[in-house]
Amino acid sequence: MFFTDFINALPGAVAQGLIWGIMAIGVYITYKILDVADLTVDGTMCTGGAVCVMMLTSGKPMWLALLAAVGAGLLAGLVTGLFHTLMGIPAILAGILSQLSLYSINLKIMDNKANQSLNARNFNLLVSLGNVKSAPVRIVDGHPVFNPIFLVAVVLILIIAVLYWFFGTELGCSLRATGANPNMSRAQGINTKRGVVLGLMVSNALVAFSSALLAQYQGFADINMGRGAIVIGLAAVIIGTVLFDRIFHNFALKLLAVGIGAIVYYVVLQLVLSLGVDTNLLKLLSAVVVAIFLAVPYWRKQYMSKPSKATEKKS
Amino acid sequence: MLKVNEISKVFNPGTVNEKLALDRLSLTLNEGDFVTVIGGNGAGKSTLLNAVAGTWYVSAGSILIDDVDVTRMSEHKRAKYLGRVFQDPMMGTAATMGIDENLALASRRGTMRGLGRGITHKEREHYKELLETLDLGLENRITTKVGLLSGGQRQAVTLLMASLKKPKLLLLDEHTAALDPKTAAKVLETTEQIVRRDNLTTLMITHNMRDAIAHGNRLIMMDNGHIVLDISGDEKKKLTVDDLMEKFAVAAGQEFDNDQAILG
Ligand SMILES: Nc1ncnc2c1ncn2[C@@H]1O[C@H](COP(=O)(O)OP(=O)(O)O)[C@@H](O)[C@H]1O
Ligand SMILES: [Mg+2]
Repeated sequence: MFFTDFINALPGAVAQGLIWGIMAIGVYITYKILDVADLTVDGTMCTGGAVCVMMLTSGKPMWLALLAAVGAGLLAGLVTGLFHTLMGIPAILAGILSQLSLYSINLKIMDNKANQSLNARNFNLLVSLGNVKSAPVRIVDGHPVFNPIFLVAVVLILIIAVLYWFFGTELGCSLRATGANPNMSRAQGINTKRGVVLGLMVSNALVAFSSALLAQYQGFADINMGRGAIVIGLAAVIIGTVLFDRIFHNFALKLLAVGIGAIVYYVVLQLVLSLGVDTNLLKLLSAVVVAIFLAVPYWRKQYMSKPSKATEKKS
Repeated sequence: MLKVNEISKVFNPGTVNEKLALDRLSLTLNEGDFVTVIGGNGAGKSTLLNAVAGTWYVSAGSILIDDVDVTRMSEHKRAKYLGRVFQDPMMGTAATMGIDENLALASRRGTMRGLGRGITHKEREHYKELLETLDLGLENRITTKVGLLSGGQRQAVTLLMASLKKPKLLLLDEHTAALDPKTAAKVLETTEQIVRRDNLTTLMITHNMRDAIAHGNRLIMMDNGHIVLDISGDEKKKLTVDDLMEKFAVAAGQEFDNDQAILG
């Protein structure tokens, strides 16, 4: 009974995980590469979907709706970046301010409604919950219809390929250096402020894109769809790191690990749901799990490290 | 080459912690000068280097590098003129990036960073040759993350980075102070080699009076935000540690604090 439930729900969990995997890669860019915890994403994870749904329902083509969602993400990242670098607001607070502003902005985008639906029957959606168990590609009324698992997996791999290329360019390397050691970066002529802004923009663009896919997948955009997104993103990053740190050293594989981390997160979540756990407790559960995993490396350093050599003293 | 005109730096102005770290200090370096800087703790040596590097802006005065006024030029912009090595070996490199990637970052100092490759195969070969000159065996592990290197190795790599793109001015802030004596000597030897090879104009702070005497063509001593002693030429060549201590006592009107200056 429980088992069949779980198996039935598994494809949906994988599809959701893949979509959130794109979001989690956005979080990886800020949290792991730039060393900034960006809370804007809780807002952006709704903005992208809201923009996409409103564009589609007003008759705009899919490519334009997705482009607009990505543009909105870029803008959200830019604002947080300017709060931080131009106005000197600490990164966490800058993200919170953007997130709060986005709550109002998202409501305005959605025509003052907390929820806007997108009926899969009336639109040619890229991804839809209804196709999660069908063939990878079918032709319906002359249009290709994709299984979301297949399509998002391909998109995820494309995104990883582009990011792999980007972080190998001069500009990408300067972003990595900015996160690793801002002092050294400036000494090597890197504009670290610009780097942080750019990183936040790229990150939020990915999050908004993920949000646009999620809204299509579930058939609606909702003002609360991004609530706690940062925790899910971090969970995916952490799960990916814990599972694959030892074997994945290549940057592309590390990003892939984050994507897989998001899938694992949603599969485990589904497992917990199938076991009949009160759904109201889920966010609490996620937060506790993430808190514990964040603490592990700290505890390791605190209690299990050998005394460091004098020459290796930390700054 | 470097013209520092009456610069002052006040930290925490208007608070109880207000500190005048540089007091209308002037200094001119000629092309090819290798200047060693000594002085007690808190004399303002690091502050002088940071002022030149642009870590923050000076409170008054002006700074010219090769006749370009950099007084209000941001740190990353004036980096194109400067090579820097810091006291803390962690400061000068990106620990999570490879030796090769760190060198590649340094080789692009002062250039526009666009969508070209962050590092090329040809560069890697070149870096291998450069690392060989350090004689630390690093040429065989150029993709190793710098975080796995020892302090001495990191400082040696940072030195290479500072000189990879010939800087107009090399700034060394007690870059051997955190190393054990043997490693410190080796890094200092490498420094001397690189400075001579490229004929770099250099400002080197050191805690060690013997090193200050043995290296460079000019020596300055700082105290309380001022330059209290400036010796060059033959006078510098004949200098002994005892001379220095005596000169310091006269110049600063007090005994040189032995605890603060390691006599090596
Ligand atoms: N960032 C800072 N903020 C406040 N005070 C500083 C700062 N940097 C240096 N100082 C103060 O300025 C004085 C000179 O410091 P510094 O240049 O580091 O001396 P040193 O000659 O030992 O390198 C010291 O009194 C120091 O406490
Ligand atoms: Mg100092």
